[in-house]
Amino acid sequence: MGFPDRIERTVELAHPPGMVWAALTTAEGLAAWFGDEAAIDLRPGGSARMSWASGYTVEMRVERVEEPTVFGFTWHLEELPEDDPRRTYVEFTLEPAGTGTRLTVVETGFAQLPDDAYRKAYDGHVQGWASELGELAEHLDAP
Amino acid sequence: MPPDLQQDAGLEAVAEQVFTALADPSRRAILAALASGGPATATDLAGRLPITRQAIAKHLALLAQAGLVRAEPGERRRVRYRLRSAPMKVAQQFLAALARDWDGPLGALKEHLDRSAAG
Repeated sequence: MGFPDRIERTVELAHPPGMVWAALTTAEGLAAWFGDEAAIDLRPGGSARMSWASGYTVEMRVERVEEPTVFGFTWHLEELPEDDPRRTYVEFTLEPAGTGTRLTVVETGFAQLPDDAYRKAYDGHVQGWASELGELAEHLDAP
Repeated sequence: MPPDLQQDAGLEAVAEQVFTALADPSRRAILAALASGGPATATDLAGRLPITRQAIAKHLALLAQAGLVRAEPGERRRVRYRLRSAPMKVAQQFLAALARDWDGPLGALKEHLDRSAAG
């Protein structure tokens, strides 16, 4: 098993690609299954946003729009500081399967490391480190 | 091996060393002490933690091997150890990938489509 830079999931849906496309690429669609609220400017480079009742909001940037087969966007990793520029890339691929759709989602970019990570480690980042460490330890201690 | 797979294997080895290092409560205590108090010698740490100086030296050697601490140049007894967070970040990315859950949202999408088709 390699380092998981990538997550891939496929799901068979009993609805035609056009309907799935609308659920993925419109504010109404996204708010109905993904976020609690959504906004989207559907064009490459356009911005999109989803927020949840919990208060969490994620900003997205639309990257690929090839109706009705490919929809791609990048978004921020919740685990990184808000001003961290690293993002993962999410791509949905829709293929007709009988009267329905085979939908594949691939998210990549988890193994990114900042070029200056090793330098930065010497120079600081000690602030906030204790809490990061605590979280990691909790992960490990969890039954 | 293609370069990207080689890199993945290298990152996984880093993550594995971090998890091994963190699996021990004494090593976690040492890292937490360095994180909150800044660089310290083995003797300093022995004064602050309920761990013997010998055990601390052993743990520090393992932590240095994992790249989580770095020994600053100095006389043998006065070597100060400093945290390095880079390997921890690799491990964090590993956990982030595992934690990102697509099964939940895809299940919700399925239900949404069924509901809108029925409605």
